[in-house]
Amino acid sequence: MNLSQEVPLSWFLLLSAALFALGVIGFLIKRNLITVFMSIELMLNGVNLSFVTFAHQWHAVKGQIFVFFVMLVAAAEAAVGLAIIIAVFRARATLAVDRIDLMKL
Amino acid sequence: MHLILFVVFAGFCLAGAINLLLQSHPINSALSLIVVMTSLAVLYLMLGAEFLAAAQVIVYAGAIMVLFTFVVMLLNAGQEERTRGSRAAHLVGFPAVVAILAVIATVILHAQGLGTASLSGGITTTEELSTILFTKLLLPFEVTSVLILIAILGAVALARHEDGEPREPEERTSGQ
Repeated sequence: MNLSQEVPLSWFLLLSAALFALGVIGFLIKRNLITVFMSIELMLNGVNLSFVTFAHQWHAVKGQIFVFFVMLVAAAEAAVGLAIIIAVFRARATLAVDRIDLMKL
Repeated sequence: MHLILFVVFAGFCLAGAINLLLQSHPINSALSLIVVMTSLAVLYLMLGAEFLAAAQVIVYAGAIMVLFTFVVMLLNAGQEERTRGSRAAHLVGFPAVVAILAVIATVILHAQGLGTASLSGGITTTEELSTILFTKLLLPFEVTSVLILIAILGAVALARHEDGEPREPEERTSGQ
């Protein structure tokens, strides 16, 4: 096998699809609020890899700018989401999603 | 060389993601997510996105994951208890995941004209990126800064105590 050969872009896309699927599975099977939130970040990263791959394919900068905005929004989302998790923990004293089943405090 | 780089870091990526699912302690999941994000930064470099690779390390693996580990330690989150979960997740969720993954994989594998990636390929410099960002996309950029500001205010407002002092158990009973 020629080790210096270039990597086909479809491998990157497959990796991004696999990361997204693993994120969805984590969202479904994890029972800790923080880990569920981490699975969402994993999905965002999978989609970002897809964006960067297509930006490379079409030599377009806009795909990378999309990723840049996704990162900014993900940072805002993580800050607000973790603050909500802290508020929920303060009200319920638990992080298990099975026990957080009411909208009111 | 490119192939070795890709295989190693894609392997790190997948191993970290699978480890995130298998670990039962949130701090271990957070650390494996850092592995995933840092390996993704290397893959971004292979795709010629130098600015995004740096931003991935700084923003994702740095800022966001510090926030995660900080919250895990602040809340003293212990082992998660494994339960069955909802039946809807088993009946609809997992088949849907498999179906989506199968469709995407089929489309990608049948796609024509996809190029290749190498370190010697074209690199999108930070200059190109910022030229578009600060000329054509200036308004969305500024709107995002307002969004971040609102997020900071919202996070502070959500995370602090309502009355500004720690609540005692006996106060809660009298307030109700």
